[in-house]
Amino acid sequence: MIVGKVVGRTWATARHPSLEPLRMLLVKHYDPTTEKTDGIPYMALDKNINAGVGDMVLMVDDGGPSRMILEDDMAPVRGIIIGIVDDIFIDEEFKNLESGPAGSDS
Amino acid sequence: MKPGRVIGRVVCTQKYPTFKGERFLLVQPTDWQQNDVGEPIVATDSVGSGAGEFIFYVESREAAVALGEKAPPSDASICGIIDGVDMDETL
Repeated sequence: MIVGKVVGRTWATARHPSLEPLRMLLVKHYDPTTEKTDGIPYMALDKNINAGVGDMVLMVDDGGPSRMILEDDMAPVRGIIIGIVDDIFIDEEFKNLESGPAGSDS
Repeated sequence: MKPGRVIGRVVCTQKYPTFKGERFLLVQPTDWQQNDVGEPIVATDSVGSGAGEFIFYVESREAAVALGEKAPPSDASICGIIDGVDMDETL
C-alpha cells in the first residue's frame, strides 16, 4: 500500500465498461518522512471512499485487491483507493537509523 | 493506470493465436499535461482509440484482463480515452 495525495481528477467518456461507474483520481506519491510529494501522479479509482483533491489517501497498486473491491473479475484496474488517511505517526527514534537494525550496538 | 498518447500502430501477421483480432498501438507515455515521458511502448487496445488520442493504459497482468475471457499475453492495454484532466499543480 502507498500513501498518496490526491492532486486532481480526470474523466473519460470512452472507457472500459468495468470502469464506468467510478471516479478517477490522480494520486501523487507522498513521503511521510519528508512531507513531500513526488513523481508523475498515478490514476486510481475511488469506490465509495469519496476522497477529494488535497486528501491524503491510502492506495493499493495491484490488480488483485482492485478486482476484489470492485467485485468484478474482469476489471482491468490497477490502483484503487482504500482509505483516507487521518494521521501518520513517525517514531523519530527509528526514522534515521545510521547503521544496523534497531537494537544493534553500532 | 498511466497516461499516454497514441502515436502509431504496429502490425504483426504472425502473432500468438489469442491476439487474433487485437490491434497493437504505439503509445508514448506522458504526464498529465501531455508532455512525453520516456520511450514509446506497444499496447493492445480495449476501447477503440486512434492516433493522436490522449489515453490511459494499464500495465502487467491487468492488461490481459482488459481484453476479456481469452486474455492474450499482453502487458499493456489501453483502457480509456481521456476527455479532460483537472489537476492542482501546487499539491
